[in-house]
Amino acid sequence: MKPRAKLHPWLMLGPSLATWALFVFLPLGITALQSLFAWDMLTDAEFVGVANYAALAEGGELFRVLGRTLGFSVLVVAGAMTLGLSLALLLDRPGRFFGFVRGAVFSAYVVSWVAVALLWVLLLDPDRGVAASVVRAIGLGRVGFLTSPSSALPTLAGVTVWKITGYAMVVFLAGLRSVPKALHEAAALDGAGALARFRYVTWPALRPTAAFVATTSLIVSFQAFDVVRIMTQGGPAKATTLFVYAIYEQVFLNLSVGRASALAVVYFVVLSLLAVLQLRAFRAQGRGA
Amino acid sequence: MKRPALPAMIAGSIAAAVWVLPYAWMVSTSLKPLDEIVADPTAPFPHRPQLEAYREVFAQVPVGRQMLVSFAMAVTIGLLQIALALPAGYALAKLRFVGRKVAFAIVVACLLVPAQVTFVSVFLMFSKVGLTNTFGALVLPFAASALGTFLVRQALMSVPDEIVEAARLDGASELTIIYRILGPLLTPTLVSIFLVSFVFHYSDYFWPLVMTTDDTVRTLPLGVALLKEPGSGVRWHVIMAGNVLLSLPVLGLFALAQKHLVRGIAGR
Repeated sequence: MKPRAKLHPWLMLGPSLATWALFVFLPLGITALQSLFAWDMLTDAEFVGVANYAALAEGGELFRVLGRTLGFSVLVVAGAMTLGLSLALLLDRPGRFFGFVRGAVFSAYVVSWVAVALLWVLLLDPDRGVAASVVRAIGLGRVGFLTSPSSALPTLAGVTVWKITGYAMVVFLAGLRSVPKALHEAAALDGAGALARFRYVTWPALRPTAAFVATTSLIVSFQAFDVVRIMTQGGPAKATTLFVYAIYEQVFLNLSVGRASALAVVYFVVLSLLAVLQLRAFRAQGRGA
Repeated sequence: MKRPALPAMIAGSIAAAVWVLPYAWMVSTSLKPLDEIVADPTAPFPHRPQLEAYREVFAQVPVGRQMLVSFAMAVTIGLLQIALALPAGYALAKLRFVGRKVAFAIVVACLLVPAQVTFVSVFLMFSKVGLTNTFGALVLPFAASALGTFLVRQALMSVPDEIVEAARLDGASELTIIYRILGPLLTPTLVSIFLVSFVFHYSDYFWPLVMTTDDTVRTLPLGVALLKEPGSGVRWHVIMAGNVLLSLPVLGLFALAQKHLVRGIAGR
């Protein structure tokens, strides 16, 4: 339709565009600029070129943070997708019982990260936690889920999976509705077993949904902060210092705006690469629906 | 053909246990007195259930005030997002103008830049103009929602142009068309957008944490997280009581409006 006045569309978009200019694009520019300065928020900023990046790369911190975050993401995405899909297939049944279970799994996605993180700190406490006492009862000994450098990151990933599996499940459930029922019945008549039907009927129809879930949970996992800050503060021995927490640490604990900005720039570049993946998934889903 | 439902029932029960029992544990712990936690930390039920922990939460944290701030923040953000997304979505879905593709590309781009990328600079911008520790710092950066705009646009695409044309012939202004005619038509979409936004921002920890340095506009997630400071030791009943207070409103909302939330999140 034609707008009534030439200016109308821009007046309608104006408030939104102004908000994004002020709180998305301008800060992005400032961050990029600041990454070239050394600044502690107290004395004057000093231009240092790419020294911030060089320092982060030289100490190896940048690559450790990146590797850690990617590893964490792989665990979270694999876990949330496998569990989310299994639960969707399991719970896609009529009846109040299955409705209740769907609600229970999904509820964790709604509850605050703070509540979830605090709750799991208690459950996983090596001396007082229920989960830890279960592990002891099985005979695996005293496990410091959050205190040993090798298990802390997988533990945080596990808690994150517990939190977001409901999200994956709900999206998969919506996707399952697009699987043609007739095809299922025809395959069953032809003697295809449950596994074969999943492989040749359900999965191909779900693939766009799966790509969508994979990329959105990848991005959620890249933003992980609350679980780190509340459960481990990045420790032990930096084993759980993920990207966002590293940025936070640089600016609020080390008062180094330049380093924090440099980290944020790298974070943004990596995230943009992932975002391209997400966009593709969106498109694929649009075609599939 | 009816399959035996028993294996599914068992698997479903296990899933229910994995997701429900932690909440049960949270509530049970919050009702225990301190000496019981010290004596037998893994006892499933309190012997002498009591509300002492809740009294302590209220003594340590201004729960009422912080919950009010959280609510006000989440509601304001939700309403602002709807108020801004409607006209923007309308322009993108219904009007033909030079630059529409660019405007839409900007929306999609904003969809992909999380607050975690920009918070350092936004914090510095706010502190330069003295806006840290204000309600505005919590609300303004989220006034425009790329996701909300995107969803309104999608929903409006399936509304026939004739409705708008008829309204224009009746002499309705564009604002009337957007807020009075199309707004009500989009109620389900708007409810979903509001709920998803409310649930996210009510629970948000990251943004209020980096934008506040004192108690002026501290939100409840921050207050509850502060209960577990170094030295809190075995005071788990207090922390869990705070957790219950923090979770109850969203769980209640979830129970009432699960369908809308699911639609908002699954996008269908």
